[in-house]
Amino acid sequence: MTVENQNMLIMKHVSKTFNPGTVNEKCALMDLNLELKAGDFATIVGSNGAGKSTLFNAITGAFFADKGLVMLDGEDITYEKEHVRSRVIGHLFQDPLKGTAPHMTIEENMALAFLRASTSKNAYFSRIKSTDKKKFREHLALLDMGLEDRMKQPVGLLSGGQRQALTLLMATMVTPKILLLDEHTAALDPATAGKVLGLTKRIVAEQKITCLMVTHNMQQALELGNRTLMMDSGNIVFDVSGEERNKMTVDDLLKQFAVSAGKKLDNDRILFSKVQS
Amino acid sequence: MGNIITLSIVQSALELGFIYALVAIALFISFSILNIADLSTDGCFTLGCAVCAAVTLAGHPILGLFAAMAAGVCSGFMTAFLQTKLGIQSILAGIIVNTGLYTVNIAVMGFASNMNLFQCESVFTWAKETIGGTWYKLIVAAVIVILVGIIISLFLNTRMGLSIRATGDNPDMVRASSINTTVMITIGLCVANALTGLSGGLLAQYQKSCDINLGTGMVTIALASLIIGETLIGKGSMLKRIAGVILGSCLYRFIVAVALRMNVPAECLKLVSSIIVAVAIALPYIKQQMAFNKQKRKAKAENQLYIQEILGENGNGGNV
Repeated sequence: MTVENQNMLIMKHVSKTFNPGTVNEKCALMDLNLELKAGDFATIVGSNGAGKSTLFNAITGAFFADKGLVMLDGEDITYEKEHVRSRVIGHLFQDPLKGTAPHMTIEENMALAFLRASTSKNAYFSRIKSTDKKKFREHLALLDMGLEDRMKQPVGLLSGGQRQALTLLMATMVTPKILLLDEHTAALDPATAGKVLGLTKRIVAEQKITCLMVTHNMQQALELGNRTLMMDSGNIVFDVSGEERNKMTVDDLLKQFAVSAGKKLDNDRILFSKVQS
Repeated sequence: MGNIITLSIVQSALELGFIYALVAIALFISFSILNIADLSTDGCFTLGCAVCAAVTLAGHPILGLFAAMAAGVCSGFMTAFLQTKLGIQSILAGIIVNTGLYTVNIAVMGFASNMNLFQCESVFTWAKETIGGTWYKLIVAAVIVILVGIIISLFLNTRMGLSIRATGDNPDMVRASSINTTVMITIGLCVANALTGLSGGLLAQYQKSCDINLGTGMVTIALASLIIGETLIGKGSMLKRIAGVILGSCLYRFIVAVALRMNVPAECLKLVSSIIVAVAIALPYIKQQMAFNKQKRKAKAENQLYIQEILGENGNGGNV
């Protein structure tokens, strides 16, 4: 097995049930299996409640899976603490306010992101050096948003798009083993969303990051990356890549949604997702 | 005004202002930075005072100050442990520790409600011998507090300090990054309570006595200082904000001194500080509400015209 073919992420028989044994019992992940090769960029579509965010949370460790194995780069991280595995996982949320500390300056936010790089205890008492500042400036300049001249300003003064771009930069400053994008452009205006998305594509391609991206935009789901996954009722019901994916249209994908969901066509969630798209 | 503000009043206000500034800096860390209302402050202050008094009485004034800090660290660790490891809400954790500390404090004081240190040596008696004059107390307090202020501001700009600040600023972000919030809250509260303990310890040596009720209302007084400081100085670098907190503490003591001079009974001071805190925190909200009410009144008058216009149009339509 060559390095390129190695699986970066392996999930085996992962299940997660919320509120077990109560009327609110909700099976968010049901015996889910997923393998992601190093350098894969997969988009995920699925209706609300299909388990997309739960899948991400099982990977980041926001909660632990009830059953099953989560393996990242050959390491079993199923019960690894969240802050430990966060060192190698980048995570962007839909809400641009979630990724940065508003009352701290751009420079200080970046220093925090950079903290992930070093595991030595001494780093905790080190201060931001001028070489660090220079590095942060160079990184910020890549965004082409003029942020490199505003490093002493609190992040709270930036727009949502700028904050999301900064979050993306912070998540990838130290190349993560996997980058999880949870509808990270959904809350931005179309122009800004396009810019952040372009940036995402460039950074992911440049650093060859393994990436999972949730989107509700069917067009995006087919255009971005090299693989498209569809989730329903806590499982991956459709998985397409390569030539077959290249030929797919948005309509095909929507039809597939109906086929994959199979017997559960009467499920109003599917109808809802059709209306949405 | 000349006879109200005398040099000796300014002097003692500054002395107390600097000593109590340590509690205000402690609340700056727990309340402003970590966004935790640490209600164990009252008990922790008395704990620092009692521990320092006990050690000073045994003949070790410097050790007494460090012991007071160590006691504060233990208290802070307990508060942090209750909220991070046992899932108790932060306010409740503070109250629980505060209540428990009463017994601990009485025990430290040898199951008496007060102690006096009139006969023993302290950092202030040493200063009197070496520096002399009348300003020695202020010099000791100011040197210690300024030193602590600089160290804390340096600390808050290290990577660990940044992590602590982020923990209070955006928990969502911190959860998704590699920062261990449990450790950061624990360190933050330990540092904060060490300062509260040190403040209590300094006060014990300053007034040569310790009383079980010394810490009552300390959290409100420190909040008042903190808010006065933050209002005057505003946002900025950590050093600037900490300087503001020290300034706020001195100003608060100055207000108290003037009030005492104007024959306000000492018993009323707690009520005065409560009112200062309530007003200071409520002020931005009241301002906002007043502006909104003004806007509503203005809009009402203007919109009346529009409403008449609409009614008039409808009326005409009906007639034609």
